[in-house]
Amino acid sequence: MASSSRAHVLSLYRTMLRESKKFSSYNYRWLFVSFSRTYAIRRIRDAFKENKNVCNFQDIQTLLNRAEENLEIIQRQVTIGHLYSTQKLVIEHQEK
Amino acid sequence: MLCRGVLSKLLSAQSGPAPVCELLGKGFQLAARSNGRARLSQTGCPALHLKGSIQDDLRGSDANTPMKGNTDGNWKDVDLRPLYMDVQATTPMDPRVLDAMLPYLVNYYGNPHSRTHAYGWESEKAMEKAREQVASLIGADPREIIFTSGATESNNMAIKGVARFYKSKKNHIITTQTEHKCVLDSCRSLEAEGFHVTYLPVDRHGLIDLKTLKNSLRPDTSLVSVMMVNNEIGVKQPISEIGHLCSSQKIFLHTDAAQAVGKIPVNVNEMKIDLMSISGHKIYGPKGVGAVYVQRRPRVRLEALQSGGGQERGMRSGTVPTPLVVGFGAACEIAKQEMEYDHRRISLLADRLINKIMNEIPDVVMNGDPEHHYPGCVNLSFAYVEGESLLMALKDVALSSGSACTSASLEPSYVLRAIGTDEDLAHSSIRFGIGRFTTEEEVDYTVEKCIQQVKRLREMSPLWEMVQDGVDLKSIKWTQH
Repeated sequence: MASSSRAHVLSLYRTMLRESKKFSSYNYRWLFVSFSRTYAIRRIRDAFKENKNVCNFQDIQTLLNRAEENLEIIQRQVTIGHLYSTQKLVIEHQEK
Repeated sequence: MLCRGVLSKLLSAQSGPAPVCELLGKGFQLAARSNGRARLSQTGCPALHLKGSIQDDLRGSDANTPMKGNTDGNWKDVDLRPLYMDVQATTPMDPRVLDAMLPYLVNYYGNPHSRTHAYGWESEKAMEKAREQVASLIGADPREIIFTSGATESNNMAIKGVARFYKSKKNHIITTQTEHKCVLDSCRSLEAEGFHVTYLPVDRHGLIDLKTLKNSLRPDTSLVSVMMVNNEIGVKQPISEIGHLCSSQKIFLHTDAAQAVGKIPVNVNEMKIDLMSISGHKIYGPKGVGAVYVQRRPRVRLEALQSGGGQERGMRSGTVPTPLVVGFGAACEIAKQEMEYDHRRISLLADRLINKIMNEIPDVVMNGDPEHHYPGCVNLSFAYVEGESLLMALKDVALSSGSACTSASLEPSYVLRAIGTDEDLAHSSIRFGIGRFTTEEEVDYTVEKCIQQVKRLREMSPLWEMVQDGVDLKSIKWTQH
């Protein structure tokens, strides 16, 4: 089925990473997407990697639905985070 | 300068209301502290609580005065927030939790106990879903979950409730010396009501001895209360063994699992727990909500503390706060999903922190049992350094020397005293909390600052100098003044 094609999964993955980078909170950003090259392990990446070899159609569909839901959550929470943003953390100036 | 703007505003404000006075105090403090180079950062600035012109004025001057690096180029101190490394005190809310809560703060505002209309029904449905989520995290039946305002209320309810209900037959309670203050204080107040309480000692690792516990059990013991994970030193008590021991003697076991649920696997049936306290804000949920698990079979009965409308099966009257409970439920579901992942990461980060500090500085002691230990709570004692000074020096990192409840006092922690830590080492302890949102960068920054400040403070310390010269500090006779 087209909705679970490789292209769809990859595009979902990229959108989630892109949207998560917009979190104004340093720690939330970190939970979902890592900025550091040395420790390239963070939630979205890990979840996609972990489920890379899932073959069952039903499972894939469940995972994709969950990812879509999470993407919506991320987008909403990014907006809210920006409404009440604070100063940056002491280590954020190191971040590129 | 921003400072001048604030002061002139203050001078023009006559007979100021409370916030202005607060600002006045703050303004003077700031002015005094930095010799006229006062700068207001937004943290700790009461401007946020002010209404009207003063706030506008502050914002205005804010915009006009670029604060970053205006004088000494040290913009770090000006308007950046410290790192958060105190997750035992409270955790930030997970964005997924807030997302679940928001609808119930906006449109679904019905009273979950209203039975006559749809507003009530939808709230009730959400509340029951949350109850299932909490129950599923700890392997309980949803009917065994009673929502409360947090772990303190849960502890009070469980301990006082059970003790009072069974008072006519049994009036002995057992707890440990390293419990949270609310458990100890509940026991103290029961003592005043005529109950007998045994405070079990712990060994130098913070663990209780099962034999001592067994010997302390009496025919009139109604309740044993032992916390699952200690909030200060992260020690995990052998709850499963205690549970089996208690259930064999038909004594109820209560455990304060505020620091354990959602972080380590907990199953109330396998561990033979009869009552358990859980808190929302320790597992990335909202503050002001928690739960007590009360076993149904065999039934544990408790006397309610609050009288009222009989909500939560009469055990906890008062309207259940739907948004908080929904957030709590979501936090539990996420915790269940993420437990393994979080635990793996937190262990890695904790090892990183401990190894780096231990390799760089000598005479650092880790408090608590190294094996029966929750990795996210690292309590270190830096010998010859005063803990409070170190906390002050590490102002870029939000840390604590122990429980938030007692962090205002300079007394050393009673938990560290109970495990037999020397007075001086107890004074030099710091608790590092690592949680779901902690990053490698944060750990590295904390470690770097910590090493730097410990070295600096030790260089200033006459005690450290004496130790370097080979003087045994214990042999010194201090003169009394």
